[in-house]
Amino acid sequence: MATGVLDHAPAAPAPETTGIWGWITTVDHKRIGILYGTTAFMFFLLGGIEALIMRLQLMKPDNTLVSAATFNSLFTMHGTTMIFLGVMPLSAMFFNYFIPLQIGARDVAFPRLNAFSYWVFLLGGLFVNFSFLLNAAPNAGWFGYANLTETTYSPGLNTDFWVLGLQILGIASMAAAINFFVTVVNPRAPGMRMLRMPMFVWMSFITQILLLLAFPVITVALIFLMMDRHFGTHFFIPAGGGDPVLWQHLFWIFGHPEVYILILPAFGIVSEVLPVFSRKPLFGYTAMVFSGAFIAFLGFGVWSHHMFSTGMGPFADSFFAISTMLIAVPTGVKIFNWLGTLWGGSLQFRTPLYFAVGMVAMFIVGGLSGVMHAVPPADLQQTDSYFVVAHFHYVLFGGAIFGLTAGAYYWFPKMSGRMLDETLGKLHFWLMFIGFNVTFFPMHFLGLNGMPRRVYTYPAGLNFEFWNRIETYGALLLGASFLVFLWNLGATFRKPAHAPADPWRGATLEWLIPSPPQEFNYAEVPPVNSSTPAWDLRRAHGRPLPEPLRVSGAGIHMPRPSKWPAVTAVGVLGVIGSMLLTHAVQHWYAITLTGAAILFYGVYRWAFEPAF
Amino acid sequence: MSHAAAPPRPPPPPAEEHPTATGIDNRKLAIWALIGSECLFFASLISTYLVYKGKSLIGPLPHTESQCMLHGKLQTCEGVFEIPLVTFGTAVLLFSSFFVVLALYGAQRGNRKMLIGWLAGTVLSGMFFVGMQVYEFTHFYHKGMGYGTNLFSSTFFTLTGFHGSHVTVGVIWLATLLVLAVRGKIPAEKALNLELAALYWHFVDVVWIVIFPTVYLLR
Repeated sequence: MATGVLDHAPAAPAPETTGIWGWITTVDHKRIGILYGTTAFMFFLLGGIEALIMRLQLMKPDNTLVSAATFNSLFTMHGTTMIFLGVMPLSAMFFNYFIPLQIGARDVAFPRLNAFSYWVFLLGGLFVNFSFLLNAAPNAGWFGYANLTETTYSPGLNTDFWVLGLQILGIASMAAAINFFVTVVNPRAPGMRMLRMPMFVWMSFITQILLLLAFPVITVALIFLMMDRHFGTHFFIPAGGGDPVLWQHLFWIFGHPEVYILILPAFGIVSEVLPVFSRKPLFGYTAMVFSGAFIAFLGFGVWSHHMFSTGMGPFADSFFAISTMLIAVPTGVKIFNWLGTLWGGSLQFRTPLYFAVGMVAMFIVGGLSGVMHAVPPADLQQTDSYFVVAHFHYVLFGGAIFGLTAGAYYWFPKMSGRMLDETLGKLHFWLMFIGFNVTFFPMHFLGLNGMPRRVYTYPAGLNFEFWNRIETYGALLLGASFLVFLWNLGATFRKPAHAPADPWRGATLEWLIPSPPQEFNYAEVPPVNSSTPAWDLRRAHGRPLPEPLRVSGAGIHMPRPSKWPAVTAVGVLGVIGSMLLTHAVQHWYAITLTGAAILFYGVYRWAFEPAF
Repeated sequence: MSHAAAPPRPPPPPAEEHPTATGIDNRKLAIWALIGSECLFFASLISTYLVYKGKSLIGPLPHTESQCMLHGKLQTCEGVFEIPLVTFGTAVLLFSSFFVVLALYGAQRGNRKMLIGWLAGTVLSGMFFVGMQVYEFTHFYHKGMGYGTNLFSSTFFTLTGFHGSHVTVGVIWLATLLVLAVRGKIPAEKALNLELAALYWHFVDVVWIVIFPTVYLLR
């Protein structure tokens, strides 16, 4: 990576990058990050509305707000949306915006591939949700268990939308994972050694490795399922000799690493926020890195704890119980290091700290119920009950969403140049914290009392009424907390953009440049001699650093915008999406071939287009 | 960080010459990451083949006689595999890995004749392998082995079909480079462009080294 502003001759003036066309052809990691963030937040709100409808339906016994069939679609799309269209791309927003900034790079390793990932993600998300318009939303659960998902039990396009949509989204994730893997390894600034990287970059790096190794497995599982549904095979059909449990194995070999894909970026964000607002370096940096890596490694050896009820026998049950409990050790190391970071710190009670501490507390609750699931006899009592729903919302909402929200408040000034309102931020926190606990804590009780998951209603007299009603109130409070967030965002965008470069006294490189950063990020990369380079500079300076100036950037060579990533993404949609029509349209393969031609053309134009 | 006028400088170097933290080219690292990911892809396909080995409810079977439906009636079918043909195809594919090494050697030394000759040999070998597979698939189909006939046929066609599509992508990639080489657009300093394709090509061959004994030789 070039390090100085004078390295290169003045280049030709940058092509026009404004307007809608500028956004379509952008290869700037910051703009793509904003695209990821806004798109994912829309999907997140959609998934939240789906959840609220479910809560309203369950508010009282024998409710008829939605039908059983609609309820099936709601919980399927809620899970699918929150995981693949909410949390993963919200994490991708931070990968995009902050990995290059935190390692002192100009951009990601492959800017055009980055744009491609976004466009494939967007088209995949729209494809899955398009099913609502055809009244054919996926309805077999986000885990898509065979053989419920076979044509015998799931005729219609519902499951096809799910299978093909996930394949499209998988391509986006794979392309992004390769890109960020190389970005962390290669274009680091001089002095930014691996063991000096910010913890967010470390956890993101581990996440990319998980993505690279986990996604091919679900790709294969989805291919088998598609072949069963459209091309006459029997991979998961017992009548043809197939074994539905194979689906569960393949799905969870992907699915368990996937939960670490969802949580590790949030771990990274919290590990950034806590030191800055404690005015202390992260406690046990190296232990944090290795416990993250150990969690990821163990994450590939625990998948069958999702399958204790399939009856795998005592040997397999014991193995997966022990390996699952073992994960509590590195996770505990992280929790204690976060507490150690806070301990004795000069705590600055700003909104990001609230959410980060909330994340640690809520994740502990989810982690403890997770250890309970690791015990097969206990799990057999809890499986398919609301206890499980409570558990994974404590880790994925209490963990991932609280962590991501901490990141949103922490980095919003850097991304927009505007400060979010602190009072509204704290109101958001308290509403979310109370609403979350009121919604999900009683699910532990309901689950242990025998209320099953995924039921669209329940009769009166089973002792389910009270807590369900309370949970719905909690869910409405939780929804209201996001209205406060939206209000805060709206109010902030009406205010002038005068956020300082470093509103929080941050430790990492991104706080040394203006907010929002200029297109080229760093005109000159500052020296990196530790994992807290901004604090080093401040200490050497003896007093607060002067506000960095916006510089001309003349002569800095940035990648050119390109339309080919978006064109290629349309080709991907054509090839995979056309499989939807194998039963409906006689010459469906004409669409496949058209998609393939667009894909082929896009890739060739892309390959032969100069990147700079 | 100032507006001071920069003195005239030579034009910027091409992107691939930017030094990286590891000294490894970005694209090369990306291919390695892709290969790591593909390992899990083929591992899943091969595992499924092995898990379902011997579980087919009806013929035809790979090695042994079985009852199968042919021309609308149940009859005894022989094992479908023709090991000698596939052994020959395997040998050709493995030699193509050697050819692409020689082509890269030529490219790195600016020996265009060597580059074009061996690269053409690689592409032809790859095409032969794909052709062999097309013949084999057609032959199997005529023996009553459709895609969904039994678990053996589904797992076999999916595994070898995805391998074959990887070979096809490799052939298209290498053929594109061959066209560039003929036009003189792969000088020694751009040999990396060929090295990337060669890395992928070796990987595809290595996968076949696993598939061939597992599928064709293991009884």
